[in-house]
Amino acid sequence: MTLLTEKRAPRTQHEKRKIRGKVHLREHLMGWLFVGPFGVVFLAFLIAPLGYALYLSLFQKKLIGGTSFVLFDNYVKAFTDPSFLSGVWFVLRFSLVSIPLQILIALALALILDAVTTLFARFSRLMIFLPYAIPTVIGAVMWGFLYSKGFGPLTDIFGLFGATAPDFLSSDLIFYGLLNVVTWQWAGYYMIILYAALQGVDPTLYEAARMDGAGRWQIATRIKIPLIAPALILILVFSLIGTLQFFNEPQILRYLAAGTIGTDFTPNMYAYQQAFSLANFNYGSAISFALGGIVFICVYAFLFFTRKRRSFL
Amino acid sequence: MTDHTSVRAGTRRPQRYLPMQILLGFLVIYFLVPFWWVIVNSSKDAPGLFGGGNTLWFTDQIDYIGNLKQLFTYDGGIYLRWILNSTLYAIAGGVGATVLAVMAGYGFAKYRFAARRFSFAVVLGALMVPATALVIPTFIMFSRLGLTNTVWAVILPSLLNPFGVYLMHVYARDAVPDELLDAARVDGAGEVRTFLQIALPLMRPAVVTVLLLSAVASWNNYFLPLAMLSDNRLFPVTVGLGLWQGIASANNSGGTSLWSLIILGSLVSVLPLIIAFFSLQRHWRGGLSVGGLR
Repeated sequence: MTLLTEKRAPRTQHEKRKIRGKVHLREHLMGWLFVGPFGVVFLAFLIAPLGYALYLSLFQKKLIGGTSFVLFDNYVKAFTDPSFLSGVWFVLRFSLVSIPLQILIALALALILDAVTTLFARFSRLMIFLPYAIPTVIGAVMWGFLYSKGFGPLTDIFGLFGATAPDFLSSDLIFYGLLNVVTWQWAGYYMIILYAALQGVDPTLYEAARMDGAGRWQIATRIKIPLIAPALILILVFSLIGTLQFFNEPQILRYLAAGTIGTDFTPNMYAYQQAFSLANFNYGSAISFALGGIVFICVYAFLFFTRKRRSFL
Repeated sequence: MTDHTSVRAGTRRPQRYLPMQILLGFLVIYFLVPFWWVIVNSSKDAPGLFGGGNTLWFTDQIDYIGNLKQLFTYDGGIYLRWILNSTLYAIAGGVGATVLAVMAGYGFAKYRFAARRFSFAVVLGALMVPATALVIPTFIMFSRLGLTNTVWAVILPSLLNPFGVYLMHVYARDAVPDELLDAARVDGAGEVRTFLQIALPLMRPAVVTVLLLSAVASWNNYFLPLAMLSDNRLFPVTVGLGLWQGIASANNSGGTSLWSLIILGSLVSVLPLIIAFFSLQRHWRGGLSVGGLR
């Protein structure tokens, strides 16, 4: 019976120290039993591939002489390769524009939906969330149709005003074309997460603020937004990780926008092309790993600058 | 004052701010436009699709049944196979990933075992590993094992869901009281039975959320199956429609009939998930707040 009380989460550092030595072997075993199956998958499909990618990236395969160990040559090559660098530059630029845009829209929508409680608002919430249930590939296919000159309504709509329709698949506007697809796809999902966080806020806080004379706008900016800051940071991190790995949408729109989107449009597309079209797995791995490094640096830099606000990692 | 509180307190007097509702209306239209376009244009035959006319409205010929027949018989009914493949990958990957995540999250939350803090930190670190960076090495590992171009090549890597573990950990920590588990143990229930009969029911909202999120992730997956599979009979619907899109774009005029198949194919492929989301709404919404709140 004494063992059972020890299993309760200890409340203080002092208690913790007292108990640590006595935790029963059985608890170790049960803990590992529960975590073990995931651990196996984790080792097999995350740690092992990562290690293997690192290993592969240190070699080079030549037509003459076979595979040889070259240490960081592939990375030197990557960071001087204009294809890779232009891809990185694109995803960085794209992140800087698309993430704030998506989050602002999601935040505004979540605040509106938190305040307006009509039936129509509930209906809107579902409709705005709907694109999340659509595979990104299908979303890109759909928007590709809407952008296209033959099928899309843009020609008709702009024709009404006697204007020429913008071609979102041209190299000038593809940035905005993709921006629109991504915003459409993800804003609703982020909105739902923020909305859920808002719903979890204790409403007596608003009441207290109202007593002190705060208006709706002040309650939103001074109380609601700071309280859901952890959720905001969480989705910022996820969208940053996702956007830097941009692949599906440009890969699909590539077929329609012939010539606009090259095989090296984003780093991930370039890695895919190197590995699977050119069978250059060593260089492909180096590019993936370099991209992984960039993601890590960006995410940690972001988390560092927001460290006071977060509590989830 | 009072009517503001009453909304929260549950009397549900609707708050209507008309300008905001109008704004919402416009946004809803924006979010629905692609769906509307697909619904309208999948009713058209090839002349209706290519003959100009209003692209946002129906033609006189509304022929869903004929188009559906064409979609499901084209190339020996390959489309239905893709849908079934996607279903298999989503269910196998979703259920597998969820079972592993629920167990691991519960284990991390409720047992203090050796190297727990370190392992959990590693799992959290893994959230930042770009999933696609893993595809190339996993492909080579699988090709050594002869697993590429099999269903396993898509299912096995989808079992990994570190975010699910994080979500379950947070939820189990807060929603399952230690006292309750201890009480069950006092009554003589084993650890496994305590988990299944006491903890699991309490974790249900988060379980449904993780299940939906992992199933959606598997259903939507494109990069992994694109890299792993070469036999188009194993493709999920995302890769299949991407293939058609590539073919149709390559031969601009010859692909006329393929375009209408792609349009209807997109519409049909999104229905299962939409239905799943709507019917399970009550269950997953409670779970979503978990990840965001802390």
